[in-house]
Amino acid sequence: MTSVSSASPAFTGKDPENRLFGPLPDVQGEAGYREDHPARVGFFTDTSVCIGCKACEVACKEWNTLPMDDSYGTRDTLGLSGMSYDNTGQLGANTWRHVAFIEQVRTVDLPMPTVGPPPDAAASRRDGIVDAPDEAEPGDSVVTAQTSVLNAEALSEFDPQTSQSGDREIRWLMASDVCKHCTHAGCLDVCPTGALFRTEFGTVVVQGDICNGCGYCVPSCPYGVINQRKGDGRVFKCTMCYDRLTDGLQPACATACPTQSIQFGNLDELQARADARLETLKRQGVESARLYGRDEDDGVGGNGAFFLLLDEPEVYGLPPDPIVTTRDLPAMWRSAAAAAAMMVGVALSAVLGSRRR
Amino acid sequence: MTEGITTPGQGWRRAGGSDVAGDGVRAYGDGAGRRRKGGRRGGRRGRGGEVPMVEEAEFTSYYGRPIIKPPVWKSPDVPLYLFLGGAAGSSAILGALADVTGRPALTRVSRLTAGGGSILSVVFLIHDLGRPERFLHMLRVIKPTSPLSIGSYILAPFSAAAGATAAVELLGWFPRLKRFGGAVSALFGGPLATYTGVLLANTAVPSWHAAHRELPFVFGGSAMAAGGGITMAFTPVAEAGPARKMAVTGAAIELAVVHRVENGHGVVSEPFHTGRAGTMLRAAKACTAAGAGLTVLAGRSRLGAVVSGTLLAAGSLLTRFGVFEAGMASAKDPKYTVVPQRERMAARAAQNGHASTVSR
Repeated sequence: MTSVSSASPAFTGKDPENRLFGPLPDVQGEAGYREDHPARVGFFTDTSVCIGCKACEVACKEWNTLPMDDSYGTRDTLGLSGMSYDNTGQLGANTWRHVAFIEQVRTVDLPMPTVGPPPDAAASRRDGIVDAPDEAEPGDSVVTAQTSVLNAEALSEFDPQTSQSGDREIRWLMASDVCKHCTHAGCLDVCPTGALFRTEFGTVVVQGDICNGCGYCVPSCPYGVINQRKGDGRVFKCTMCYDRLTDGLQPACATACPTQSIQFGNLDELQARADARLETLKRQGVESARLYGRDEDDGVGGNGAFFLLLDEPEVYGLPPDPIVTTRDLPAMWRSAAAAAAMMVGVALSAVLGSRRR
Repeated sequence: MTEGITTPGQGWRRAGGSDVAGDGVRAYGDGAGRRRKGGRRGGRRGRGGEVPMVEEAEFTSYYGRPIIKPPVWKSPDVPLYLFLGGAAGSSAILGALADVTGRPALTRVSRLTAGGGSILSVVFLIHDLGRPERFLHMLRVIKPTSPLSIGSYILAPFSAAAGATAAVELLGWFPRLKRFGGAVSALFGGPLATYTGVLLANTAVPSWHAAHRELPFVFGGSAMAAGGGITMAFTPVAEAGPARKMAVTGAAIELAVVHRVENGHGVVSEPFHTGRAGTMLRAAKACTAAGAGLTVLAGRSRLGAVVSGTLLAAGSLLTRFGVFEAGMASAKDPKYTVVPQRERMAARAAQNGHASTVSR
């Protein structure tokens, strides 16, 4: 790789170039790479097609030779979380992909319709579908539903992840979480040794031979991704398989994913793909679908690894409105300088205001 | 009517959530930051589909698990580092000023406090590292975005100068070098005491980050109370006037700004009142106030100076522990991450003139 200063962007007062906060079209260039650097890559994790198989977790553990840990990140321990099928629990030093399982229940009004939604709702929904196969009559809603697997009616009627029991419906949400490789990465900003750095692919990686285990990155990540490995002392997190990328391979998790829930590629292409996918789902009536980490105007300047979710972010254990802590750092430094000046002033007046012996 | 599974917020809640440790959906309530958010509790639709009159303010989490990772910094290493660095920093300033105004006893005590405190604080800082043998990697780069990097470049010259000054003070060599070393350590003393506020605040820890403008002043005031208290206790009372004045002013600043931290930030001020942090901060306030009062009343007597100096130092130490513990508590509870962010989103949506539940 090219030699890059590991010092992060200098303060520029008003930050006109969005070095601390805001959209940043060329993260690698901003980090000091020459213009011929590779395109920024990323993950688009489409949770609407995740089946919770955890192949990504296994592939990640195997490729990166991560130690075993339990659902609280305790190393070399085997244990069930006792809360769901999720025995991985969380991202951490030893877990770089985490499949969240949320079993949800809701009461539904009886009687349930036998087939499909009410005719008026079905008709109004179908009006929005541009590429609907054939204009079916209201009574043929089953046909409509069956022709498209991802049709909203199909989801409600045939989705194996949803089932009904008496007056209750149950559904599963599954989502493979990962390091977000933020445009403005809190961990990278606060690392005092330069162990964390921005790669030529726009990802954020820890250099294991530099990290001295100060742990500052751990509470600075607004997503709680990076953590210290017990017994080692250093911090670890997803590298987006930096070693594989440099050899022209895809990350292990994306390679292993059987449903293309995890998609790897150039970030701009993934963003276009995600936008199209969201539009499709919306058109099919999946109103709760939303992209998370896609917006470059968000608190971290957008994520290198972003998601399509079917519920609020916090349901999946994601912060609803993360902001990189360094956004407020200029204000903090000003405050610290003022406080230091205050100390000198107080000491000076204390000395001058006291009578000499 | 029936909605598809994909309609947002239509009564979906986590199954079995209530009997799992750390319920995923919890009500929260505090006077300042009440937020309404309906539709997560089950049973609402069961009541004939009517919207209840009063919606519970609540938030959602993933099985009650924290969203951010709590700091891996160890206690007592880091709180002690904060305390010792602060006491050393303010003592160094006091020592240099006492030196130029001809107060030899106060100068000597201040220099020894600054030197001893700085060396000890370096020890605690290095001991807290996951790989202590790599502590010099801290000086590998200089990064304005990393308070710990800047702090290393403050602590390194400070501890070198203050440590050397204290050493020659004890040995009685090189009087001119002593004055120079004292001046250098005084230069870095203020930043050393206040940068630690930035160190804690520049994280995603809700209760620390929200107080990012106040924390440097809390730590600056606390540092002066501690440094003034310690030097006052060891200096002959006739010469300790500046130490007493600095200690009392510092204590007043500490108490005033801590009050703002504890009450000015809505829901994330809560951890400063509850649990171990609350106990420590209450004890800290009692010690600091008693120490300051006693300094004014009895600081000119030997015994009074020792007792009030000890109280002030204990108050400062407890403040550091309390602030540290409050941050840890706020990091471990998803409420303090989710609720302020939801409030921020609601405020932004209101400002933009349209309600939006879809996160960006």
